[in-house]
Amino acid sequence: MINFLLEPLQYAFMARGLAASVMVGIVCAIVGTYVVLRGMAFFGDALAHAILPGIAVGYLIGGGSREPLFWWALVAAILSSLGIGAISRSTKIKEDTAIGIIFAGSFALGVALISTVRSYTVDLAHFLFGDVLGVRASDLWLIAVFGGLVLLAILAFYKEFMVLSFDPVLAATLRLPARLLEFLLLILIAVTIVVSLQTVGVALMVAMLVTPAATAYLLTKRLPVMMALSAAMASISGVIGLYLSYYLSIASGAAIVLTCTAIFGLVWGGQFLRKAV
Amino acid sequence: MSLFEELHKTTQHLRKHRLPHQDGAPILRAEGLGLRYESGVALEGASFVLMTGERLAIVGPNGAGKSTLLKIIAGVLQPTEGRVHIYGNEPGGHICIAYVPQRSQVDWNFPVTVADVVMMGRVGQLGLFRNPRTSDWNLVEQALKIVGMSDLARRQINQLSGGQQQRMFIARALAQEAELMLMDEPFTGLDINSQEEVFRILDDLKARGVTVLVSLHDLKMATQRFDQVMLLNQRMLGIGTPGWVLTPENLLSAYGGRLHWVPTEEGMLALGDTCCGDNES
Repeated sequence: MINFLLEPLQYAFMARGLAASVMVGIVCAIVGTYVVLRGMAFFGDALAHAILPGIAVGYLIGGGSREPLFWWALVAAILSSLGIGAISRSTKIKEDTAIGIIFAGSFALGVALISTVRSYTVDLAHFLFGDVLGVRASDLWLIAVFGGLVLLAILAFYKEFMVLSFDPVLAATLRLPARLLEFLLLILIAVTIVVSLQTVGVALMVAMLVTPAATAYLLTKRLPVMMALSAAMASISGVIGLYLSYYLSIASGAAIVLTCTAIFGLVWGGQFLRKAV
Repeated sequence: MSLFEELHKTTQHLRKHRLPHQDGAPILRAEGLGLRYESGVALEGASFVLMTGERLAIVGPNGAGKSTLLKIIAGVLQPTEGRVHIYGNEPGGHICIAYVPQRSQVDWNFPVTVADVVMMGRVGQLGLFRNPRTSDWNLVEQALKIVGMSDLARRQINQLSGGQQQRMFIARALAQEAELMLMDEPFTGLDINSQEEVFRILDDLKARGVTVLVSLHDLKMATQRFDQVMLLNQRMLGIGTPGWVLTPENLLSAYGGRLHWVPTEEGMLALGDTCCGDNES
């Protein structure tokens, strides 16, 4: 058993991958708590897809180098969240429609840009589904620093975000800067997505934001507990997922997401059975 | 609302800046309040004065603008005409106004306990980056005691009865140290016992000098339990004692033909056929 657990760790790429998926799991799960409670799953999914053109530009300019990708993705994520906000506020178009337009448009632009490179299918697959075993030491630092900043912001504005999410009218009568706080939350989601990019990729990102938080939501009725449970389940899913990926030779991002989904299924099924009995 | 205004609000929140209360000014003065949307008029020409400790019921059919009026007074909606003065100043800088929401507008599955929700009333006084102190928790405890819910502090909010839900929000307004409470349909969907419990708390609030505005759809309750009523149907049709305001002519112009007339000892009693203002704007 010990061997079973230790064997993959002799490879540095596995150790780095595990560190990355645990950190990413924790950040995604805690930010995801607000995504679930505020019903922003579609926004999260769209934002993840909308950063593809940013990655593509960074990829083309860097000539395949990974270094600039993070920053390009960050710029794209922040621009898209601003764009979605601007469209839905300035016209009669509803927010989900605005999200759909930006999401599909920028995703298509990203695919088009990447397709100009000959070897594009392999690279595109990495961006879409993640490449956690390709994580380097410098990536770990970026994840730690930016993930840490996101968590600090969530902690600093904890009670304000709670009031804003539970009762926007109370936020207004308490004269909280609601628009700025909402904007900050969008930025935090954007940064979280960029930080998590290498682990699960664009296409599966929404699962990391939504699934552990939703599982925790089923299990508790207190926000701090929900955040802690969500973080615990996401990081455990990261570890289990990577071991599954190693031993069964399946794609790592998919393995992590499937583990999250399986835990959700168990909890939901358990509660369903308990109610039925 | 511009970015500048938001930043201004943020710095005020950080500095905990609040507008002063002018001596002798009424707690609430509304001058020709109106709100027009592109699609039509939600409210127009509401002018009235409310002194500290008064209790006013706002009645009118669904869509009459009762919630709109309450939200304008709270400073949540901006009127397109007229002005609100709270103690002589605009409502935007005050945190002494509490809005008690309609129960149907709340996400009861949100993962918070009763004490968490009541503590939310303290967030305005706390300011950014500060955690609740013992004095804040004491205020929360006191507020829960006043509404008779001390033993339910750790209860999840989705395990409360309708009356308890309503009382929890009143406790939150108390924790906010609100001097003006705006209650949106607090009696809708409550059984008689819970309604009486809320009235007991309203009397308690009056004794504490809290000014209360309540929107209602029950004309009988407004007549029997309130000294002051306002009849609203987009326009303000009258304000004063129930006998003065709820005349057959006024009621007819507010409700049109949608009224039942019931004979009582004092004369005829009008019952609106409107119910459950869930979809009211």
